[in-house]
Amino acid sequence: MAKLTFREDLCKGCGMCVAACPKKILAISKTKLNHKGHAPVELTDPNACVGCASCALMCPDCVITVER
Amino acid sequence: MSKKVLMKGNEAIAEAAIRCGCRHYFGYPITPQTEIAAYMSKRMPKIGGTFLQAESEIAAINMVYGAASAGRRAMTSSSSPGISLKAEGMSYLAGADLPALIVNVQRGGPGLGGIQPSQSDYFFMTRGPGHGDFHIIVLAPATVQEMADMTSLAFELGEKYRMPAMLLADGTMGQMMEPVSLPEETVDPESIPATKPWATTGTGMKRPHNIVNSLYLKPDELEKTNYERFERYAKLEREECRWEEYLMDDAEICVVSVGITARVSKNAIVAARKEGIKVGMIRPITLYPFPKAPLAAAAKKVKSFLTVELNMGQMNEDVKLAIGCSKSVAMCNRVGGMIPGADEVLAAIKKEAK
Amino acid sequence: MAVVFQKPKALTDAVLHYCPGCTHGIVHRLVAEAIDELGIEGRTIGIAPVGCSVMAYDYFKCDMIEASHGRAPAVATGVKRSLPDSVVFTYQGDGDLASIGLCETVSTACRGENVTIIFINNAIYGMTGGQMAPTSLIGQVTQTSPYGRDPKTQGMPIRICELLATLDAPAYIERVAVNSVPHVRQAKTAILNAFKTQVEGKGFSLVEVVSTCPTNWGLDPVAACKFVEEKMIPFYPLGNFRNRA
Repeated sequence: MAKLTFREDLCKGCGMCVAACPKKILAISKTKLNHKGHAPVELTDPNACVGCASCALMCPDCVITVER
Repeated sequence: MSKKVLMKGNEAIAEAAIRCGCRHYFGYPITPQTEIAAYMSKRMPKIGGTFLQAESEIAAINMVYGAASAGRRAMTSSSSPGISLKAEGMSYLAGADLPALIVNVQRGGPGLGGIQPSQSDYFFMTRGPGHGDFHIIVLAPATVQEMADMTSLAFELGEKYRMPAMLLADGTMGQMMEPVSLPEETVDPESIPATKPWATTGTGMKRPHNIVNSLYLKPDELEKTNYERFERYAKLEREECRWEEYLMDDAEICVVSVGITARVSKNAIVAARKEGIKVGMIRPITLYPFPKAPLAAAAKKVKSFLTVELNMGQMNEDVKLAIGCSKSVAMCNRVGGMIPGADEVLAAIKKEAK
Repeated sequence: MAVVFQKPKALTDAVLHYCPGCTHGIVHRLVAEAIDELGIEGRTIGIAPVGCSVMAYDYFKCDMIEASHGRAPAVATGVKRSLPDSVVFTYQGDGDLASIGLCETVSTACRGENVTIIFINNAIYGMTGGQMAPTSLIGQVTQTSPYGRDPKTQGMPIRICELLATLDAPAYIERVAVNSVPHVRQAKTAILNAFKTQVEGKGFSLVEVVSTCPTNWGLDPVAACKFVEEKMIPFYPLGNFRNRA
């Protein structure tokens, strides 16, 4: 059981969290843009998240907070 | 007042710095000022201070920048070619509004030049010690006693106006030996950083962080810092000019000179007076801020000015500016390490008297 | 539920200006985590370089000093000699540390100054638009090596960890990378070790972090991480080169 919180306003859509996620449940949004014009990351399957924090470790902008 | 000690000018600076609370010296050997480094290397370890022979003059000025950021009275010393290397560092010190002492014991130039005395860094130090719009306080000693006295003055003025300060000596001042009275130690070095709330001493988790910096990418911000800095310079110019007048009351010729040439000029003036020539001298003690007011006042009374300098004509221009080119400003000069004798200066005075 | 990962306290709320995927953000975080874990924020003074991370002084909560290009180790020396109980770190790129500042880097290491240097090696000059760095690889195309770095005219890349390891004085030298999760974990350990080395008064520490520059490499951030793995690490092997901690 794990919970991710995203600071969408800080996300630059770099995709490193997407590549790092072992469960492949992160994806860059195809519909949203944040106020800076970046397409932020989205959690596609919250229930599948195990809270490994791989995404947060690879994020250069401290977008993701992980609780477990 | 302590007893008089016979000291070399270079060493007098070092000892005076220690007596006014400087415990951080970063330098590099270069003739004719290496005695400062050598003296510090012996004294500093004995009193728990830092002597560090840096890898270059560039490294040394940057070590001073770090120590000054940390709130310490820090200094470096060099001679003309090494001072060129410090130009960027001096600009950074000024841009970050940091007090620090830089000593320049000038030698003949340009380039590697010679090791004999000169005053040829005058423009460099008073006009542009580095890139950008800024000044450093420039003090010009003419005796070993002044080498000592101006050291503590440099630290005090630098801290009062938050800017770097320089002791601009010619090579003779560094090398000559004269009796000097040094003050007792009155400043506790550990008390100095606390007087600087802007210093990077560690937040102690008790205050927001301090940033020592000269980078302002927004042009309106950078403009503001420049204007604020020049307001401080204007105050410095109003309140901190220092000079010495010698036999100026009835003078018809005004000699303007600093350092060794001021001493030689005094002898020439004595000889000229014996021949009935009414000549006096205004000796700037601060080269920045330049003593424009006494020169402008003298211009109303004298017939001409004569600068005596060890360069190709530098302070000469500042005298012309100070008097609005209202009178002629002749020059008696030698370069390359040559120093005019009193007879040469006397001949120049006589030429003006005609 | 407990928080297992959050932004460290030693980072300010300022939004990082770095390009998307730039690994500066990861390394800033690792440095801040080390500062948090050792409880040293109140006595830490960081020194920012000239380069993309010039504004690092806005990102760390400790006192910060902006240094001139290449001279951060000299500034660090001045600070540490002034405040021996402080923790002093520099954060420098490859131009700053290995080109203009090479003398200060080697001399500070040679003196064994008790400071910590974080060296960001991304084989390019980022801030000025992608020129060749001392650490650019043979054949690497940059703005000032448009035909690829040619060893005959442009020399060979420099390996800083190996160079400094020839000196007697340094206490901790390690090369890490931040292009993958396992590498980020190892980088965190190394950076923490480096700060511990300083806190324990053991001497000079340096961590070289093989990093990415997606913008000037012309690669997307994930491809840039692959470039680190496949091209950079073979030339800049990861590992510890000195450990007296």
